[in-house]
Amino acid sequence: MQPASTWTPDQPIVALRDVHKSFGSFEVLKGIDLEVMKGEVICIIGPSGSGKSTLVRTINGLTPVTSGSVTVEGQEVHDAKLDKLALRRKVGIVFQQYNLFPHRTVLDNIMMAPLLVLREKRDDVEERARALLAKVKLIDKEDAYPAELSGGQQQRVAIARSLCMRPDVMLFDEVTAALDPETVKEVLVTIKELASDGMTCVLVTHEMGFAREISDRVYFTDHGRIVESGPPDAIFECPQDPRTREFLSKVL
Amino acid sequence: MTRTMSVTALSRITWRAPALTAVLCLASLTVAAQGTDGTRVSALSTLVVWIPFILKGFLLNLIMSILAMAIATVAGVILGFMQISPSVILRVPAKLFTQLFRNSPWLVILFAIMLLLPFQVTLPGGDKILIPDWVKATVGFALPVMANIAEILRGAVLSIPSGQWESAESLAFSRRQTLRYIILPQCIRRMLPPWMNWYALLMLMTPMAAILGVNEALGNTQAAMEAAGSHPEFLIPFYLFLMTIFFVFIYPISIYTRRLERRFSAGS
Ligand SMILES: Nc1ncnc2c1ncn2[C@@H]1O[C@H](COP(=O)(O)OP(=O)(O)OP(=O)(O)O)[C@@H](O)[C@H]1O
Ligand SMILES: [Mg+2]
Repeated sequence: MQPASTWTPDQPIVALRDVHKSFGSFEVLKGIDLEVMKGEVICIIGPSGSGKSTLVRTINGLTPVTSGSVTVEGQEVHDAKLDKLALRRKVGIVFQQYNLFPHRTVLDNIMMAPLLVLREKRDDVEERARALLAKVKLIDKEDAYPAELSGGQQQRVAIARSLCMRPDVMLFDEVTAALDPETVKEVLVTIKELASDGMTCVLVTHEMGFAREISDRVYFTDHGRIVESGPPDAIFECPQDPRTREFLSKVL
Repeated sequence: MTRTMSVTALSRITWRAPALTAVLCLASLTVAAQGTDGTRVSALSTLVVWIPFILKGFLLNLIMSILAMAIATVAGVILGFMQISPSVILRVPAKLFTQLFRNSPWLVILFAIMLLLPFQVTLPGGDKILIPDWVKATVGFALPVMANIAEILRGAVLSIPSGQWESAESLAFSRRQTLRYIILPQCIRRMLPPWMNWYALLMLMTPMAAILGVNEALGNTQAAMEAAGSHPEFLIPFYLFLMTIFFVFIYPISIYTRRLERRFSAGS
């Protein structure tokens, strides 16, 4: 681990500087610069294949970068000496495909990591897990198995599971993309509540209305670059770059 | 709809087992009765006299198969994990070892083990104990099954969606914790039917030990016929009886395996 970092809350909690990522000879990220302040909600939008998922996954070290720096609370994520456990408990991630553990109940899914990884006391974890289930409005489902839940319910369990590690930053990668239109809303409501509680959120989303409503800043990516960024009203009302305009005209 | 269909299909199989057994027994009796008057009586009554001896041999087949399966399972799971290890030093030898035993004839492995294992070991105290042939044969049977269980484990681990690894990793699970708490429990379900299949196969292979002089069911059957005078009329009833006891033991296992397979494929 790096020396107890000198990070203070007035500095960006997440910072990417000139991040490049290649898969073989194919460069997916071509120099990304991005900063997120504590409590901020940012949205990343852009065409399919532009590197949004890859970008988000570099923030919790799931995808290693080829060059550049990614810091979370001042600590370099892609430092071989970094304590991965310390990083992962600070950064939660929710995926498009929920990825719940199918062989465990909802409550177990939420409690496993705090019990096994953080080695916290069962009573404390259970209390926290139940509170989170109440928050995502699934208190009556704690003994259900993931297969018995709808997509929207599974996704809310996945969010609660991440939150039970008490992260400082939450990453959401197209968490509503696999859901039926009716269940999208319940997941978005959950995220909105989280954001208004002050959680720092990095969202990749195709829900433009939601992005506009929830985010403090919007980033438009194309071909591995951030083409344009700014407050949502500016991006959605008067996009400067022709590529942003073209993309928005297709999706809005 | 599909549910009722599979239930009837199942009951048909379950009903078939005792029926087939009865047919086999009957066949052995009728064949025995077809000899001349003198031998008919003697073939059957000789068989009856020797049944306890043959069953005693069968008990050794059972013990060998269960022990071999226990060894094969433990060693196979370790070997399977070595094959998916990130470390080359573990992975490459494990792959070679697995492929060697998966692709060799069982009988060759059996002979090799018989000759390679010492016939006695010296304990730390200086006492010497003999290793009985049936123990060596058990090791010989365990090796090919071990290699196949290693493959089953490897396949099962690879069949778990990568999303499971990713979400475990994001929740700060170590690789070891991920395997133990997330991946392996999901593999066991998938591994159970092929594991049971291999047990059935293993059990059916145990009479090969007769070639090496182990007094199991086949060896005892042959010894019994010889002791009773080696009349050719003995051959069919004795061997039919031997097949019947294996059948009665193995058939329910294969029915249950098929049922599990169907249930798992319906569940996923
Ligand atoms: N592990 C990998 N190996 C090779 N190529 C990859 C890998 N992961 C992603 N890519 C490639 O990188 C590019 C960007 O992928 P990424 O998933 O980041 O895009 P995205 O913007 O999230 O797209 P979508 O909106 O479809 O989710 C794609 O062309 C993809 O094929
Ligand atoms: Mg994506």
